[in-house]
Amino acid sequence: MRVLKRSAASPPEGPAGPDQAGTDREGRLERARSRVGSVKGKLARRRAAAVAWRARLPDLTGPVARAWHRLPRWSQWLVRLGIIVLAVLAPADWVGQIMAPASDWKTLLFYPIGIFVLLAVGLNVVVGQAGILDLGYVAFFAIGGYTMALLGVNVGLDFWIILPTAVALCAVSGLVLGTPALRLRGDYLAIVTLGFGEIIRISATNASWTGGPRGIAGIPHPPDIGNLNAFTYGVLDPTPYYYLVLALIVVVIFVARRLERSRVGRAWAAIREDEDAAALMGVPTFRFKLWAFAIGGSIGGGAGVMFSAKNIAITPDNFPLLLSILVLSAVVLGGSGNLPGVILGAFLVAWLPERFRGLADYRVLIFGAALVIMMIFRPEGLLPSRRRRSSLRTGTGAGAAPTAVVEQEEKT
Amino acid sequence: MGHLLELAGVTVRFGGVVAVSDLDLHVDKGEIFSLIGPNGAGKTTVFNIVTGVYEAAQGSVTLSGRSLRGRRPHQVTRLGVARTFQNLRLFGNMSALENVMVGADARHRTGIPGAILGLPTHRAEETSGRETARELLALVGIAELAEDAASNLSYGDQRRLEIARALATEPRLLLLDEPTAGMNPPEKSALQGLVRSIRDRGVTVLLIEHDMSVVMTISDRVAVLDFGRKIAEGQPADVRTDPAVITAYLGAPTDAA
Repeated sequence: MRVLKRSAASPPEGPAGPDQAGTDREGRLERARSRVGSVKGKLARRRAAAVAWRARLPDLTGPVARAWHRLPRWSQWLVRLGIIVLAVLAPADWVGQIMAPASDWKTLLFYPIGIFVLLAVGLNVVVGQAGILDLGYVAFFAIGGYTMALLGVNVGLDFWIILPTAVALCAVSGLVLGTPALRLRGDYLAIVTLGFGEIIRISATNASWTGGPRGIAGIPHPPDIGNLNAFTYGVLDPTPYYYLVLALIVVVIFVARRLERSRVGRAWAAIREDEDAAALMGVPTFRFKLWAFAIGGSIGGGAGVMFSAKNIAITPDNFPLLLSILVLSAVVLGGSGNLPGVILGAFLVAWLPERFRGLADYRVLIFGAALVIMMIFRPEGLLPSRRRRSSLRTGTGAGAAPTAVVEQEEKT
Repeated sequence: MGHLLELAGVTVRFGGVVAVSDLDLHVDKGEIFSLIGPNGAGKTTVFNIVTGVYEAAQGSVTLSGRSLRGRRPHQVTRLGVARTFQNLRLFGNMSALENVMVGADARHRTGIPGAILGLPTHRAEETSGRETARELLALVGIAELAEDAASNLSYGDQRRLEIARALATEPRLLLLDEPTAGMNPPEKSALQGLVRSIRDRGVTVLLIEHDMSVVMTISDRVAVLDFGRKIAEGQPADVRTDPAVITAYLGAPTDAA
């Protein structure tokens, strides 16, 4: 609201007749422009330096994206199909030799890799699309996980019934949390979501019906589908679970894409850019933010159900604050708002520490350093969204700088 | 015949400061009405009251007899009021076309299920929204910039884009906050033509403007605010020679103070 507010106490303009008001204003604008000029010069120099550094990292996203949009529809689908086929072939032994010689590659593919990708796609709806900074996303993951555990163990329901139930429950949780929280903005909202993540974990630790710190054991596996090995959910082979999470990822990507390219996605983008202006253009901002929160939450819940159904037992320790932070860093690292980027980011955040398991404790240090270096040389993420890229390459945008200065001018 | 927009006895306070005091104002359908006055006179505050950004402490605000008081900004927009901003407030990282489509979406109904399932209404709205947006970009004269990021447009073009975005919400009343600020003379005269053509499309225009030559040529009526009070109203020529207006701009003679 700050920008909309005028300075209430500003005195009337100095001596100028009605006819001179215009020319006087011209003068002020001229001064404002020259100031903008000098600010812009500084920005441009700094930017040039940054770009020179960044040039070492080839920017493939632009050309790749353009080539992609030139492809006919059927070949786009062919490429998508090819990626899915690759993902299906991923749990091969020789791939594991290369990707994770020190750990069990198939287990990694399910968790953390698959689950992280699912969580990142969900969090991207909230953070990347609607621009709501959620630091407690793990809460939805936990609610999904505990729903699977409680309904599976105590009620004896089937995985395929619990999955939609948990997704719906997490959407409702999103609405319940969002209704008070989304009236806040920025830092305040982030703190409230941070609190929400902790509340869920601490409640699960202290309540008796969630098993307290020991958690819940004996969670049923999903029922087998036919006699195929790929759909037999046992204890030893993680591959069927990986396929399950892969299927869910495909569905969720489809949904996220559809939303992104609709009135809903545009409304989210408008809210992210300028919430007040969005409201004045007829966007019911609160309702759309609530929807983003609920949809993101239900995707997190789905991931929780998957996690729980494979693990047999869960404890509150499975849902630490660190998980929220890691998924958020995956979104930012990959390119907030751009689905392929976010998926790549999640894959890297999940896989890199495992790949360098041989380096023992140093791997976390190296991972941290890699994150810092990334943010210095490529703040827009590995595969930036088209919208974000333009803003970071050209400073804050041609319009933003003069606006800010003119506004100050107005207030003095 | 009732007025399109009517403000009666409107008072706005920020803490102890009275920004607008007991203001009566009405705008008739089909008019180009200008609001002028020195800086800090309360002009933008009037816009903020009409569009639901602020609520008036006292008084009534009605659009064709329906009260706008207590309505939230997006509801006011749907009732048919659109605005531009003194300090540009575009969605900078979205393309010009997308900016206008956000405006057009104000009249659309697609929700989450419609978007996910790709229902026919959703597809029809997307198509018509895109067409409307292209038409409006052509109307304001930046059709060829449709795919550019809004923040990469020139200052004047950004002002035009704001007008296109506002028009996309299908307003009955368009509020323009200093539309010619930062424009050069040829751009200014083109903008005057644009404002007239918008009026000719049946949209009533209420504008805040500092450039007196613009105000005097395009306005049907003018109101002058000073320290939140209306000190004059009428035909441009009458307002121009009104002693109260001249005092407001020049300051009172010392012997009268």
